[in-house]
Amino acid sequence: MKKKIVGCIVLAAILALVWVGTASAADKFPSKRINYKICFNPGGESDITARFQEAALKKALGVDVNITYQIGGGGALCWAELTRTTPDGYTIAGHNLPHTVLQPLEMGNAGYKTLDLKQIYMFESTPDVLLVRSDSPYKTLKDFVEAAKKLPPGVFTVGGSGTSSANDLGTTMLNKAAGIKLTYIPFGGTGSAIPALLGSHVTALMSYSTMAVQHKGRFRALAIASEKRMEVLPDIPTFKEQGYDVVEGAYRGVAAPPGTPDEIVKILADAFDKVMKDPEVKKKMDLNAFKTEFMGPEESLALVKKKMVEYEQIMKELGRIKK
Amino acid sequence: MGFSFEYLFQGFAIALTWQNLFWAAVGCFIGTLVGVLPGIGPVSGIAILLPLTTVLPPTSAIIMMASIYYGAMYGGSTTAIVVNIPGEASSVPTAMDGYQLAKQGKAGPALAVAAIGSFIAGTISVIALTLFAPTLAQFAVVFGPPEYFALMFMGLSLVISLSGRALLKGIISTALGLTAALVGQDPLTGAERLTFGSVTLTVGMDFIAIIVGLFAITEVMVNVEQRITTISEVEVKNWMPTWDDLKPCWGTFLRSSAVGFLLGLLPGCAPSVTSFVAYDLEKRVSKHPELFGNGAMEGVAAPETSNNATSTAGFVPLFSFGLPTAPSMAVLLGGLMMYGLQPGPMLFIQNPDFVWAVIASMYIGNVMLLVLNLPLIGVWVRIVRIPFYILGPMIVFCALVGTYSVRFQTFDIWVMLIFGVIGYFMRKLGFPIAPMVLASVLAQMLETALGQSLLISQGSPLVFFTRPIAAVFMVLAFLSIGRGIWAQVKAKAPEVVTDDAEY
Repeated sequence: MKKKIVGCIVLAAILALVWVGTASAADKFPSKRINYKICFNPGGESDITARFQEAALKKALGVDVNITYQIGGGGALCWAELTRTTPDGYTIAGHNLPHTVLQPLEMGNAGYKTLDLKQIYMFESTPDVLLVRSDSPYKTLKDFVEAAKKLPPGVFTVGGSGTSSANDLGTTMLNKAAGIKLTYIPFGGTGSAIPALLGSHVTALMSYSTMAVQHKGRFRALAIASEKRMEVLPDIPTFKEQGYDVVEGAYRGVAAPPGTPDEIVKILADAFDKVMKDPEVKKKMDLNAFKTEFMGPEESLALVKKKMVEYEQIMKELGRIKK
Repeated sequence: MGFSFEYLFQGFAIALTWQNLFWAAVGCFIGTLVGVLPGIGPVSGIAILLPLTTVLPPTSAIIMMASIYYGAMYGGSTTAIVVNIPGEASSVPTAMDGYQLAKQGKAGPALAVAAIGSFIAGTISVIALTLFAPTLAQFAVVFGPPEYFALMFMGLSLVISLSGRALLKGIISTALGLTAALVGQDPLTGAERLTFGSVTLTVGMDFIAIIVGLFAITEVMVNVEQRITTISEVEVKNWMPTWDDLKPCWGTFLRSSAVGFLLGLLPGCAPSVTSFVAYDLEKRVSKHPELFGNGAMEGVAAPETSNNATSTAGFVPLFSFGLPTAPSMAVLLGGLMMYGLQPGPMLFIQNPDFVWAVIASMYIGNVMLLVLNLPLIGVWVRIVRIPFYILGPMIVFCALVGTYSVRFQTFDIWVMLIFGVIGYFMRKLGFPIAPMVLASVLAQMLETALGQSLLISQGSPLVFFTRPIAAVFMVLAFLSIGRGIWAQVKAKAPEVVTDDAEY
């Protein structure tokens, strides 16, 4: 009997300690190391952005930030895993548009739903850019489109990163807007599509703004798929100003597991806001032609919801999903 | 952009500062370590150390990361030779002959030959990199999807010579490897295949898990069954190679360096591919091909030489174009970008100090690795004398940790264990394992290139024969297949499969 009482007291004490422990942990979040998951290969755009942020993020949060990789299924594996993770804010993952909208739409069972991912912050975008070799006869988008019209449909090939990616959709939108048929050739990543254009194995690339900077001198950018010209790439005209309604690109941000408390999400969002406004980080992002974005949780969610409607419409038109 | 001695000497001056020497040494050490540990490859090694770039100056950081990459190629041979676990995919061919040599008590000479071959290849490649980097870079982009397909197709035709007499079994083994590689998403369209609706299976099977299972787990099972007490009973007296050991290898060192370097210029042509190609080439030119698979010193020299040449060659497209040829190179590219260094021809003009210091450090790093690795051989060779009841569990432990550390997925551990069992039955039934490994390594690139080529040619397979480079590889592949079948019919195939070693 006595033992039982002692046991109860000890148990109560432990429970109390645990309770105090969790309470205080919630009081001052974060109090331990944060795991920042990257869902793509090291060296890709997501990884590079995270590495730019790493030092400033540690400073803003006051705890260690560990960048880890979980790669597979074009990111789906990592996001599915995130939805099953404890929602305490200590595990966050980079997430990308259009991927997190298109995968649940197309795959049937992607292991997660778009809105399962709790939006924290959207910090950058890379608009699509149409690139040809510097010695190409096509000086402008008009030259390119007219040449494509003269040849049998499908002869012009456009390389890009992945299927149902921003590059793929951008090419499809251009086909529609210009009334041409370009054959889209998917590659395993942004980087692996580059040699195909360097060696003239494809006519053009639909790539990201970052590549227009990295391969300046070798490639000529015919158009950029943003609403307005990018500050760091003032010489590249938009598709829109040349008369083609093509606005497409990839957005990158971070998300937390579903059910993460709003207070914690706010703390994380504030930290990312600080990081993205750090002049050192901004400088690195600009230099590499990442377009910096500053969207907090609500704004990011609004963007995701807007894109869900847009992409569903496009995918239906393309016949890639059932109507 | 061109080469000048002035730049190179300036590079040496920077690389030889105590600080840069220190980081090169750290990199060489870590590289050897990740090479020795199965599963933990240079990609994770470099990625883990990436945060250090925030505290180190760019030259030191890149010197260190580069030395991890080529250092891993030195270490990869160790476990392959000593305990039949290839530390990296590129060391699979090494295990085929190296382990046989270890059983014969010649682990020391085999390890030394691997280290010397690595050193020679590393040095030759750095010289080529120094003199011809900008010119050679052009070679990297000559290869489009059709050329890649033809190259990989030729690579796949190597299964014929890897199968020896057991051609039918070799082809079955190849088919198994290709099937395993099919599981997951189509690399081109992302469509799911053989996943049976499971989200876990969509990630596909990692070939490191497959390799570690087929080699390490299978080996432990076979050894337990045969009540092996130690891997080698032979007293190891001398760990340095004799003149007779080295004599047949000189030609191998040069040929494999050339093969490894030239193929290494191509993005996507990882050391794991070139080491198989070099191994096969040596077997073909050898005067005694029957020794391959039963402990030929050239069989160790070829893959270990070529994988080092490949890793150094990768710096040509990286520096000249910003093209990463392998995952490790992509991480390095990320490192460059963090410093705001834009790779490309401008890098040679804007940051000559940096480029030439990194290149100069590679000369130094190769010497360091040789000095580091030769004395270590004395330590490694003792492993084969460890009682198996201690060594066996250690191998299983290393295999588990190594496999998990590639992608941090429990699924991979199951894949490894299942392939361990598959490998066990394959060995019992006399199925060669190497064709399966080669197939799983090549499958994805082969398939991607095929799909892309057919999209470009609008469905016509003629594209593989109308483009000259592709045509050459296709012809070579068909010759190799024809020759293999002819030899089979004539029953003159070199004996690779014996009762003792089913590789």
